[in-house]
Amino acid sequence: MKKILLLLTLCLWPLSVLAQNPEEKGLEIAVEADRRDAGFKDYVADMAMILKNKHGEESARLLRVAILEVNGDGDKSLSIFDEPRDVNGTALLSFSHKAGTDDQWLYLPALKRVKRIASADKSGAFMGSEFAYEDISSQEVEKYTYKYLRDETYDGQNCFVIERYPVDRYSGYKRQLVWIDKAEYRTLKTDYYDRKDSLLKTFTAKGYKRHLGKYWRAGEMLMVNHQTGKSTRLEWNNYKFRTGLKDADFTQESLKRAR
Amino acid sequence: MKETQEESGTRGKERNIRKRDRYDDVESSACSVLFRVFRFLLRSWIASLVLACATAARAQGELSGQAAIEWRIFPQQAISSEQQRSYLSVAVQPEYHYKWDNDKQSFTFAPFARLDHHDKERTHFDIRELTWLKAGDGWELRLGIRKVFWGVTESQHLVDIINQTDLVENLDGEDKLGQPMVNLALIRNWGTLDLFVLPGFRERKFPGGKGRLRTTLPVDSDRAVYESKRGRGRIDWAARWARTFGDWDVGLSHFHGTSREPRLLPGADSGGKPVLIPRYDIIHQTGLDLQWTKGQWLWKLEAIRRTGQGGQARKGGRYTALTGGFEYTFSHFAGSRVDLGLISEYLYDERGEKAATPFQDDIMVGARLALNDAQSSEALFGVIVDRHTGASFLNLEASRRLGNRWKFSLESRGFAGVRRADPLFGLRRDSYLQLELALYF
Repeated sequence: MKKILLLLTLCLWPLSVLAQNPEEKGLEIAVEADRRDAGFKDYVADMAMILKNKHGEESARLLRVAILEVNGDGDKSLSIFDEPRDVNGTALLSFSHKAGTDDQWLYLPALKRVKRIASADKSGAFMGSEFAYEDISSQEVEKYTYKYLRDETYDGQNCFVIERYPVDRYSGYKRQLVWIDKAEYRTLKTDYYDRKDSLLKTFTAKGYKRHLGKYWRAGEMLMVNHQTGKSTRLEWNNYKFRTGLKDADFTQESLKRAR
Repeated sequence: MKETQEESGTRGKERNIRKRDRYDDVESSACSVLFRVFRFLLRSWIASLVLACATAARAQGELSGQAAIEWRIFPQQAISSEQQRSYLSVAVQPEYHYKWDNDKQSFTFAPFARLDHHDKERTHFDIRELTWLKAGDGWELRLGIRKVFWGVTESQHLVDIINQTDLVENLDGEDKLGQPMVNLALIRNWGTLDLFVLPGFRERKFPGGKGRLRTTLPVDSDRAVYESKRGRGRIDWAARWARTFGDWDVGLSHFHGTSREPRLLPGADSGGKPVLIPRYDIIHQTGLDLQWTKGQWLWKLEAIRRTGQGGQARKGGRYTALTGGFEYTFSHFAGSRVDLGLISEYLYDERGEKAATPFQDDIMVGARLALNDAQSSEALFGVIVDRHTGASFLNLEASRRLGNRWKFSLESRGFAGVRRADPLFGLRRDSYLQLELALYF
């Protein structure tokens, strides 16, 4: 009896794959990308953020980022600003959640004040850059619904092209088109469409390196705003994984002494 | 009028104070134990500093800070002829930060100095921070001089009581003098409990005779009177518990010690000229701060219950005050990348017209604008209106970064319709515009 069932399952298996609709396939790709990145525990990195206006003038921000993986929920992150000098010592603590809005606290060193901020402003520009808070916060599967569109070659790599729709009503986007490479499930490109469904920004990532033999992180990210002509480049350096960070390193107390 | 009543009541109060001195003796023996503990901790701190220097080669040090030039312009003629219409001043605040032991220990030194063109009281020096920090598993110990902020509201900071206000720096009460302390924080799953022992009282700084933004009669801080017979040597204590419950951030605090807010009593200086003399009472203050963060809304409440202000025997020495309101943010205002926040708060003080604060039954409305540009241009405007007299206190603060190291700020405060009985009466002609250029390094 068991053998018949197994046989039946094996026969029907390809059918079920064929029957998979674009929504299921899109979700499956997102789940697989998430699964491949799970288990990193924590990492720290240095980030240089270079803002460029439409005249080509550049200004830079330097920050240090620490990320803690949280089982069953979104990641925790702590970002410390080193430059420009007037925001030196300012720090941002974020608890992202799979559902609902994230929790965020900002530390203002001049006042020694920790301020809980409304993270419903997720569509707001992060540090005056072309990245919105929601673009840089932890990308949880549950934050979107998905649809697989097609296979396509991007930058010489075979990719899935999926479309995803933000669940949160506070998101600044109607939809996003994402290019994910088939070999390693890394995001290579994202097109962001605003609430009016016009193309707003394009994100591209390159210089991917593998850490701990498993976790891919980009060395450079670029966000181009098509509507304003401005762009922001992120340069990532000094990635260190599994540094032994704990929950206690992501509290309002640690925020006050982070610098 | 109010000042004269204060004077006639003074003699009776002095008797009460003498009675309380005996009760204070018990307190002072406890204080001397605390003092010895503090001395011990201070010694261990110095020892650890020496150790820190010895391990300097392996640790990281960082020098940062700012220097600024400031110009204040007062369009109206002052009340007193010695006051000016234009004040130039320069300020510098370097900061040395040094960490070791895998960032579990750090040392910070931040002196501050200002040089003012006319006001010799505003020309001042202060150690804003001189702290050694040790972070353990679930606890943090801080020893030395520093600044602590408590609270959530924008229009005033009732709950915030650890540090003395540096009133010569700014009227907004956000500049503070460094407070010597031993601070132990216990960080547990039931919240964070901060315990403070505060030796060494800091007197409030007031503008001098040639300075603007002062009381009609200048304050003579050299003649300050204390309820505690130990004067500035009294050791105060405080505790605060804080915890986050989902969308709610809650803080409960208590302070016992010399009030940071003096009463100003009429008197004479050494030359016999009439002045105001600060009198510092011993108070208890229990505080609550609460914030609910939901969607685009921030709902805020600060409340205090204070006893002892104005002398413990006096009926007026026991009162409740609160500030509560909201901030709502429109992000991408009108389709742009600009964020616009609307703020409104209600300010209440049970003492009503007898309150030393001008904000006893007032409404604040304001707006915060962030352009989200590369220069972080932002502005905050607010007006606090007295519900009875209509007296208004207007505030504008705006700033913009220039290049990577400079910042230009504009600040303006104004007073309108201020009546004689209002504590702001002395400032009625002191509306001003301030321009500041700061270099950050």
